Amino acid sequence: MFTRHDSLKAGYDVVIIGAGGHGLAAAYYLARDHGIRNVAVLEKGYIGGGNTGRNTTIIRSNYLTPEGVKFYDESVRLWQDLATDFDLNLFYSTRGHYTLAHTDAAMRTMRWRAEVNKHYGVHSEAVDAAFVKRGIPAIDMSCGGHAPILGALFHAPGAIARHDAVAWGYGRGADRRGVEIHQQTEVTGIRLQAGRVIGVDTTRGYIATSKVLCAVAGFTPRILDMVDLHTPIYVHPLQAMVSEPVKPWLDPIIVSGSLHVYVSQTARGELVMGASLDPYELHATRPTLDFVEGLASHMLDMFPFLSEVKVNRQWAGLADMTPDFAPIMGLTPVEGFFLDAGWGTWGFKATPVCGKTMSHTVATGRNHPLIEGFTFDRFAHYRLTGEKGAASVGH
Amino acid sequence: MKVLVCPLNGARPVSEFAYGGEVRPMPDPDTCSDVEWSNYVFNRSGSPGAKYEWWCHIASGFWFVALRDTARDEVLATYPAEAVRRGLPGAA
Repeated sequence: MFTRHDSLKAGYDVVIIGAGGHGLAAAYYLARDHGIRNVAVLEKGYIGGGNTGRNTTIIRSNYLTPEGVKFYDESVRLWQDLATDFDLNLFYSTRGHYTLAHTDAAMRTMRWRAEVNKHYGVHSEAVDAAFVKRGIPAIDMSCGGHAPILGALFHAPGAIARHDAVAWGYGRGADRRGVEIHQQTEVTGIRLQAGRVIGVDTTRGYIATSKVLCAVAGFTPRILDMVDLHTPIYVHPLQAMVSEPVKPWLDPIIVSGSLHVYVSQTARGELVMGASLDPYELHATRPTLDFVEGLASHMLDMFPFLSEVKVNRQWAGLADMTPDFAPIMGLTPVEGFFLDAGWGTWGFKATPVCGKTMSHTVATGRNHPLIEGFTFDRFAHYRLTGEKGAASVGH
Repeated sequence: MKVLVCPLNGARPVSEFAYGGEVRPMPDPDTCSDVEWSNYVFNRSGSPGAKYEWWCHIASGFWFVALRDTARDEVLATYPAEAVRRGLPGAA
């Protein structure tokens, strides 16, 4: 599927650190849309082995801020014809997405999000309990009696896709256009001269380049140390798990902020489940029994009949969190060093639009208009983007 | 880390504790610049390593400091909160 390159070249026009979905998408659009093909993508592990392969594959655009809604909506639009672009089945499946409200305060937030969404042409609506019951007949509307469902934010375009295939599709598309993907190649240093990038040291030798794009999720702080940049990014593990395969019974995607659950059923019949962030900083991906116990008990509040269903696998990824739950993207104070980070628990759905906007930013040297709310310097100017109400269930 | 040694209560399961973030010196808000203040408010040392952190034993409401390796999730030492005023070993 990919060309193997025996050695690195002495130099490239652009070096991308991280062969996950975001890095490979940027490489793909650099080659396809901007004609920049002398590009190396460096990956210390294997393609799509980080958070691209660890998320719960939910795609949606029902965010809270205008910046977020416009950005994620463009991503949902790009997702639609991606499989045709790649000639690869992404198992993109539009399911509808319910964010359940168990309190009056949550219902108010749902109405707020619905209005912001509608204003930008995104299909979202606040719905009542009867609508939820019709859409999810199997759900216990009282949630065990202690968290009755009052309504929901319903987002019809909500979808899931096969995450590995996204990385493979972008990777193969970039590879065929001349981009070199080097796996098992770790970046050990970034060389600067007079405040600008001149090259990258790797475990397989030195590469000269004037442009570096960093797309490494939970490893971002370590790369930023190499160029002496400081950000608010903090890393907590985010865990997820899947059940054994069962007959199809759950069509939509269900999220409950109060119960800290999100769940969907894959084409194979497995239930893919996630919850909130682990409670403290950690740079390791060993999952915990606490997580399975907590998540399983909340799943049973909603779906008591699952009590005999077994959990097949659990895992963790390293989430690069920001204080406003919005990413940090684009130019940085170091000339030639571009950042696509702060993707915490919400990065998979943004893969296409991140590739599009970051390739534009790298090719032109100017931030793409869609990422102007996500700039590196917004914290120094106290201009946060405030996506916290919609970015994850972990709060 | 499944067990944390609280300086007051001894070894307790980690689920009894709340994490309070890294111990960081606060610049004087009356004299520091806007950039220094935003750096203090927002920026964090995100890379893994041995860090002094605030932890609280929830049941007893007791705050203390743990020196923890955030790469391996191993607590190297714990100190009562007064240690911050006296100066933690090796801390800036």
